[in-house]
Amino acid sequence: MAPGQSGIVASLKGGWGMVRRMQAMGIRPGVPITKTTSQPFRGPISVQVGNTQVALGFGLARRIMVEVPG
Amino acid sequence: MKDILLMGNPNVGKSVVFSRLTGTDVIVSNYSGTTVEFTRGRMKLNGDVLGVIDVPGTYTLDPTTPAEQVAADMLAEGEVIVNVVDATNLERNLNLTLQLLSSGKPMVVALNMWDEAEHKGIQIDIAKLEKLLAVPVVPTVALSGQGIKQLVGRLAEAAAGTWTYDAERHWAQIGEIVDQVQVVKHHHHSLLENLADLSLKPWTGIPLAIVVAVVAFALIRLVGEGLIGYVFEPLFENLWRPLMAGLSVLLGPGSFWHELLIGSLVDGEIDFVESLGMLTTGLFVPIGMVLPYIFAFYLVLGLIEDIGYLPRLGVLVDTIMHRMGLHGLTVIPMMLGLGCNVPGALSTRILETRRERFIAATLMAICVPCMAQIAMVVGLMGQSDNLMLGLFAVFGTLAMLWVVLALIFKRVLPGEAPEIFVEIPPYRMPYAGAVAQKVWLRTRQFITEAVPYVLLGIFIVNVLYVLHIIQFLGNLLSPVVTRLWGLPTEAIAALLIGFLRKDVAIGMLAPLGLNLKQLIIACTILTVYFPCAATFAVLLREFGLRRMAKAALLMTAVALTVGALLNLIL
Repeated sequence: MAPGQSGIVASLKGGWGMVRRMQAMGIRPGVPITKTTSQPFRGPISVQVGNTQVALGFGLARRIMVEVPG
Repeated sequence: MKDILLMGNPNVGKSVVFSRLTGTDVIVSNYSGTTVEFTRGRMKLNGDVLGVIDVPGTYTLDPTTPAEQVAADMLAEGEVIVNVVDATNLERNLNLTLQLLSSGKPMVVALNMWDEAEHKGIQIDIAKLEKLLAVPVVPTVALSGQGIKQLVGRLAEAAAGTWTYDAERHWAQIGEIVDQVQVVKHHHHSLLENLADLSLKPWTGIPLAIVVAVVAFALIRLVGEGLIGYVFEPLFENLWRPLMAGLSVLLGPGSFWHELLIGSLVDGEIDFVESLGMLTTGLFVPIGMVLPYIFAFYLVLGLIEDIGYLPRLGVLVDTIMHRMGLHGLTVIPMMLGLGCNVPGALSTRILETRRERFIAATLMAICVPCMAQIAMVVGLMGQSDNLMLGLFAVFGTLAMLWVVLALIFKRVLPGEAPEIFVEIPPYRMPYAGAVAQKVWLRTRQFITEAVPYVLLGIFIVNVLYVLHIIQFLGNLLSPVVTRLWGLPTEAIAALLIGFLRKDVAIGMLAPLGLNLKQLIIACTILTVYFPCAATFAVLLREFGLRRMAKAALLMTAVALTVGALLNLIL
């Protein structure tokens, strides 16, 4: 996904703890998500879900499967 | 006494509600984790005194950080819950709300940041939400105090939650509630939102970060120097000096009381820095030299905090910080530590693992000088012929040391810094009242906590001199102090007092007539060798005895090495 692109969260790949933390921040399957920025060299990604902006490490971000329309 | 718990997600304004309810002063900012400990206060309700507890923010009752653990543990203690909810983030906040409801405790929901929600085009049907949750729901704008009265008025109606938590259906249920009560209208990006994006994009964010740093330092200098030049120096020179000169004549130079209160005269006159009397140096150093910079620093920090910049800075530096085995948010304890190491050490609680917290607190205690120290180093170097070179050498060494130590920690301590995972708050216009209160609170803390320590320090120096203990220790430690570090034996007195207060310690270097090289070495060693008494107490509590002993050993080793290296190189 490029910064500025939006999609729908398809699934979260990770352990129970990680999934629960993501959910608590509002990232869960079926929710619209927009990638807002990314830092170079596999740095953190920031995403917008609902009215919340969340920054998360590259590795964590990779576990969020997003379906991008079109 | 009945206890009311204020609970909610991070950064929804629990502490603001708390200070509105109780009139107690607490620090509030625009980022998650400002409150890492619970704070207790009291409020009166219909003649009864109730306890109010400001609980650290948490997204869920299954804790992931120590601050969240505090929150989960607190739940058992309270009788009534006030669940503070961010109205702009209803869906995410309801996760905790439903968990709290299923605890069966009486509860009221405060729908906070109501103004911001309206501004963003979010409409919430309160009556319907109240019906669905079966507890009172009150819209509030805690910063301005709107809705607080209604909230208090409805505390009596707090109803026991009857919700049954169903892990399977949990999010679906939240979705159903939100669909029924919330309507979101489209709104255009505001200026602040555009700026928020720019400060997070790497190609604009990094230059912006540099601009913020430069502007911040310029502001601190401007305010600090202005206050000294126009307020504090005239006050001390024109009002206090004649009084002290009179007292000096009255007591007679050389007498014990003269030495203790006025100190020794320099060229027949009182020198506010060098005399070392309790009423001269003891008041001038903390109030005339340090206080103006403390005020200036906290004013600027308060603005940066309340705008919501710090977490963005954390994200920007996260990549490079991970290369050094650290987490991006480690910048928050470092920034706070620049003001005073005590809140810096406490704020390490926002970090997830024990390893990270240990590294962050140790790095800060060794390499981050507090504002009191910085002000004194600047003041002292100002008397030498090359201020800029001196400052560059001291702070450059500390910065390099920070990087080297971080890399050593990365190799020596097993484990990795977890990936960053943090909510980025929207930029908000700082609320003048909140910033002013925060600056006042922190400045007052400095006055009430630092001034007694400074006076105690000067008292101890005088006693130690009279009893010849300083001379004895000077001889004992002279191999290290003179041979290894190239400092005069008299510097030992400053090093001893540095255990108590670093600002006085640096002031004590003034009469020694050190050259630039010695000044650089002494100022650097005074920063790294040991934290001041107040910081030490906090670190001991956070680390425990064993890890504190390890940290102390490291500090001693670093001081010995760095002092010796500087002595060789310079």
